[in-house]
Amino acid sequence: MEVINALVALTNYVIIPATAYGAQLALGALGVTLIYSILRFSNFAHGDTMAFGTAVVILITWGLQAMGITFGPLPTALIALPFGIAVTALMMLGTDRVVYRYYRRIRAQPVVLVMVSVGVMFVMNALTRFLIGVDQINFADGERFIISARTWNQMTGMREPLTLRTTQAITVVTAAITVAALFWFLGRTRTGKSMRAFSDNEDLALLSGIDPDRVVKVTWVLTAALATIAGTLYGLDKSFKAFTYFQIVLPIFASAIVGGIGNPVGAIVGGFIISFSEVGLTYAWKKVAGYLVPAWEPDGLVQLLSTDYKFAVSFVILILVLIFRPTGIFRGKVV
Amino acid sequence: MIRVENLVKSFGGFLAVDHASIEIATGSITGLVGPNGAGKSTLFNVIAGVHAPTSGRVTMDGEDITGLTPHQLFHKGLLRTFQIAHEFPTLSVRENLMMVPEGQSGETLWNTWFARGRIRAEEAALRAKADDVLDFLTISHLAEEKAGNLSGGQKKLLELGRTMMVEAKIVFLDEVGAGVNRTLLNTIGDAIVRLNKERGYTFCVIEHDMDFIARLCDPVIVMAEGKVLAEGPADHIMENEAVIEAYLGTGLKNKVVAEDAAEAAAGEDLGAQPGLGDHAGKGDAT
Repeated sequence: MEVINALVALTNYVIIPATAYGAQLALGALGVTLIYSILRFSNFAHGDTMAFGTAVVILITWGLQAMGITFGPLPTALIALPFGIAVTALMMLGTDRVVYRYYRRIRAQPVVLVMVSVGVMFVMNALTRFLIGVDQINFADGERFIISARTWNQMTGMREPLTLRTTQAITVVTAAITVAALFWFLGRTRTGKSMRAFSDNEDLALLSGIDPDRVVKVTWVLTAALATIAGTLYGLDKSFKAFTYFQIVLPIFASAIVGGIGNPVGAIVGGFIISFSEVGLTYAWKKVAGYLVPAWEPDGLVQLLSTDYKFAVSFVILILVLIFRPTGIFRGKVV
Repeated sequence: MIRVENLVKSFGGFLAVDHASIEIATGSITGLVGPNGAGKSTLFNVIAGVHAPTSGRVTMDGEDITGLTPHQLFHKGLLRTFQIAHEFPTLSVRENLMMVPEGQSGETLWNTWFARGRIRAEEAALRAKADDVLDFLTISHLAEEKAGNLSGGQKKLLELGRTMMVEAKIVFLDEVGAGVNRTLLNTIGDAIVRLNKERGYTFCVIEHDMDFIARLCDPVIVMAEGKVLAEGPADHIMENEAVIEAYLGTGLKNKVVAEDAAEAAAGEDLGAQPGLGDHAGKGDAT
């Protein structure tokens, strides 16, 4: 019984939150990896693209709610999501047209493009804050819980609570659908194959029937979709604050690099490694330890790291990977 | 016909191609040989649009194609392969071939979702064509293999296959034989001859293997130190003294002669160049 209690506590406080967070990181890392492998630079503006996309989704959600449209038990934001993706995609295509295209034309070094993306990041960040302000916004509506602590108690009669929030389930399901669609697209469709070909060998792609401008455009559209979905899921799960999305770039890059940057499977695996490390290391294990070792009454919280230091986890993993296996788990490519 | 007129290409102070003029006649398999650093590859890259020439002109069937990008030249039917074979390593061999033709409906996001039928029909046709090409190249069994797993020689065959997926007018082959075993080299050679005879492809081939060149190419153009040294049928070229001295001596004659020639060449320095040019003239006349 004690072991089951420990398991329930672990599921409730570590496995469920880390899985949801991991799915969000994986989607974010996929966007970063896509840009990296096809346009060949690290896009630091990705976090703020997520913020921008989410802000648009929130505005549309408010509009829908004002018109009295809701999605029943599901968050209204899911209806707003496709429109948010469309607006963000236009924003990305515009940014590419105004900013990045010039640097591609002059065949700028990747490091120059990285700096350019930092500039874009600041502009996007400011734009998002103009658009929706700097405050914390909660835009999740609909049914709050799939399993609340009370239903859990009624279902099992267990003292140890377990909750599953709607947003957590939606996050995982949406992420799974998105990833499946992305892999189908890259693996099966002609456009997806063109993108892989372009990523494999740009010189040869130019000597084929592949239109490089179109590959670039499709890449930005996909990135916009991934960023908006990831950002919206993160915002639904936690809450929206423009500045958090600026910070989330670190765990996202850590995920992409741990998995092997440029490798889509790596991005997903990396996302879950980072999320489980972060949640696992900052969780207070006192309760679980108490169940497993009944004689032991720990004085402290048995917490390895204060949650204030959660970004340090990504940092340390990032540094270790870069020292010992710079190509990441799945051998990404290093430009 | 490709005509190169007075082409000069310098990198900084280094003159890689020095007023070279050559012609590649339609329907020919023209060989381009010369010692390392002779400027063959640079000449190739200028014609293929990788580098812009410092001065000079390249025309194709009378049309000025100087300074066009590789992409634009591809559309005009001027294709090239690379010294180190290029492929899309994560795509299958068949997919590599299917990538080549341009203007496919499946290239747009819209069609991907809303014109599935049209794409399917196009892909089926392309697939059949790719399979024909693989059959021609005798590598049908590799169709599903990831191109990255092929051997160097098989990649060269695949590159040749790429040129067959579109209506190529002229194909530039950069060191097809490099790192390829004898058997496979013969397969490649056969494919080149058949493409030339049956489909009317014009080829320009850079190659160090003189047997290969002698078997395939007519005429052969010899370059040394950025200049065109001689031009003519393979057997004439091999008898040309200047050519032997500049290049073939290191390969065909025995080692002692080769070393002597190298010493002589080193001793004579650049001053010997006009003399070599004279020899070349005589070589052409005979």
